[in-house]
Amino acid sequence: MSDELLYSEPEEDLRAAVADLLATRAPWSAVLARTGTSEPYDADLWKALGAGIGAAGLVVPESLGGAGASLREAAVVAEELGKAVAPVPFLGNLTATALLLALRESGAGDAADEHLRRIATGEQTAAVAIPFSTPPDWTTIGSLSVTPWPPSTEVHEARLTGRVTSVADALPADVLVVPADGSIYVVPASEARREPVTSLDMTRVLCDIEFDDTPAELLTIGYEPLRLALLAAAAVLASEQLGLAERCLDLTVEYVKTRRQFGRAVGSYQGLKHRLAQLWVQIAQARAVARHAASATGAEQAIAVAVAQAHCSTVAVQAAEECVQMHGGIGFTWEHPAHLYLKRAKSASLALGGPSRHRRRLAELVNLPPSAPTR
Amino acid sequence: MPPLTAPTAPHDLENQIRGFLAAHDPHTTARLDFLRARFDAGLAWLHYPPGLGGQSLPRGLQPAAERAFAEAGAPDNDPRRIGIGLGMAAPTILAYGTDEQKQRWLRPLWCGEEVWCQLFSEPGAGSDLAALATRAVRDSGDWVVNGQKVWTSMAHEARWAILVARTDPDVPKHQGLTYFVLDMTAPGVEVRPLRQLTGEAEFNEVFLTDVRIPDAHRLGAVGDGWRVAQTTLMNERVAIGGGATPREGGMIGMLAETWRTRPEVRDPASHDRLMQLWVAGEAARLTGQRLSAQLAAGQPGPEGSAAKYAFATLNQQVSGLELDLLGEEGLRYDDWTMRRPDTVDFVGRSPGYRYLRSKGNSIEGGTSEILLNIIAERVLGLPGEIRADKDVPWKDLPR
Repeated sequence: MSDELLYSEPEEDLRAAVADLLATRAPWSAVLARTGTSEPYDADLWKALGAGIGAAGLVVPESLGGAGASLREAAVVAEELGKAVAPVPFLGNLTATALLLALRESGAGDAADEHLRRIATGEQTAAVAIPFSTPPDWTTIGSLSVTPWPPSTEVHEARLTGRVTSVADALPADVLVVPADGSIYVVPASEARREPVTSLDMTRVLCDIEFDDTPAELLTIGYEPLRLALLAAAAVLASEQLGLAERCLDLTVEYVKTRRQFGRAVGSYQGLKHRLAQLWVQIAQARAVARHAASATGAEQAIAVAVAQAHCSTVAVQAAEECVQMHGGIGFTWEHPAHLYLKRAKSASLALGGPSRHRRRLAELVNLPPSAPTR
Repeated sequence: MPPLTAPTAPHDLENQIRGFLAAHDPHTTARLDFLRARFDAGLAWLHYPPGLGGQSLPRGLQPAAERAFAEAGAPDNDPRRIGIGLGMAAPTILAYGTDEQKQRWLRPLWCGEEVWCQLFSEPGAGSDLAALATRAVRDSGDWVVNGQKVWTSMAHEARWAILVARTDPDVPKHQGLTYFVLDMTAPGVEVRPLRQLTGEAEFNEVFLTDVRIPDAHRLGAVGDGWRVAQTTLMNERVAIGGGATPREGGMIGMLAETWRTRPEVRDPASHDRLMQLWVAGEAARLTGQRLSAQLAAGQPGPEGSAAKYAFATLNQQVSGLELDLLGEEGLRYDDWTMRRPDTVDFVGRSPGYRYLRSKGNSIEGGTSEILLNIIAERVLGLPGEIRADKDVPWKDLPR
């Protein structure tokens, strides 16, 4: 039913709780100030959000101590986090949670359950050790080597060696879920060497991870659960992009109402008014496609997520770019938050596959092949 | 019959329709008799008040009721043919008409016995509708009207028209207007087809020369025409924005089908463009669906103007790409004959027609530029355009 495109009352309550927290704990000035420090992630804020409000275990089943919510609720949290460009590992932790949930279905059993339990209480934060740019329909992934080889469900202990680059939300993680050579492992984060990367997005700092004969525990053989997890992550990211775009539009509209040139508010010029109205139209559409992506299941999910990523990535970047441009000189300075949004928007559009990658995938899904079949 | 699931549905609506169908077998009852009986039973437009074809029920119940009648093989009132009456005239009559006016006009309107048209736009008053120059002058119990209207669909078949005319030129433009219902068969009404760039003539010009309108056919107070017209125009946008379509339901579906079934048109360089438009089509579709859900849930949003704007832009881009892909075939057109279609099908006919007809989408029912102004000013709260003419008596405006 099309009510899936609206927000329910419990979802609005959750939004209000997250928004309140972020308003007091993560104003943009604090977010900006943190970017220059050695602690790019806000551990206290994550504790309040993850354990306090329960965002960390939102999609963990109630039987394992979580809230038993769906991606729809996670998407609402992501919207608010996108508005604040809040430096918390919500998306990475959610991706790892979705992966653990998916491989629980495929029979990984107790080990996955135990990790999910600890995620739900906030005892541990998890991340998936793959490059942030990996799309849900990747073809090759990673170059880690595993011993002993081949893996067997009889022997759960293994050792990993190699390097994974540009991983999101792994710096504050306690545990890493690691796809390696066709199987999925779990590694205590402290056992691997994590090197922060100077990242385009200063509010979601990446790291490179070095494994050197690192002890790991086998969770499952096969990568299928990873595809499901990345699909879930891409759905939620679309809502984060929606939130970011909304905030950029709000900031910009506020500014052009007060900034005066040639004796008039610059927002009275049609050259700006019409672009802002167009952006508002795009954002209204982003809300509909993001809601659909967070609700869709089965075969429809892949289509809905590809549409949402293709659309919301583009809209978020457009909103952030317009935010910089319409703020004029002040928008180009370090002391104004526009650059935080621009950097997050552009990075997020590259994350989990860029718009053109999602359109290519969509073409396969809806049978619109790129060229005539070769004979 | 499908269940009527809206939470506020009275339990007996389903039974009412079933009972009505039992008493008026759609297969043996004459079409007009059936429609009149449906109106009299309060099963026409459910949200209208009792006695006027409805039962003051929520609008959201209407689609299920329509489905129930359709599944029983009942005749409909050909809603596309009488769209202006249903979508624009009726809500205005309901809001501003006297009891007598409502009784006289609404039943034959809904049943499709009397077609309505709209006499608003003029050659000199398009986006700036309030500047219109058609004059109505009081003459004992009548008004005498002179002027020219344009872009009037169905004028050549209409029995009635909703008309806005200037009754006081000495006050600023918004204040001197009055809203009337005009008998299209009255002496002095001349309708001429207006041929458009597609070759056909959906629309008309209407020339009014000393046409007499009884004062009993005025809607709302003298001088209050602008406010009355707002009701009409608001309902026009609801009509354009609403409704749920299936995936690939609009023009993008034709383009997708061409791409699928004709591998020879698949230009690799156009593939990403195709997918961009497919995504835009899906985004527009879901936004329309969200708008309908909001309306049904009683949370009307300002997305109506957005939907109309997006629809126009998308149609133009999709139909343009379709011609690009067709190459030589795109050089050929189906028919330049001046036809007089009763209804318009934006996705019908040929690719060339679709390309040309879609150019009207960003002009009719509010230009895209005006819609962007509306969003910027009413939704985003940005400063309004400078209006030098706002406080000047209409007769002193430069023309």
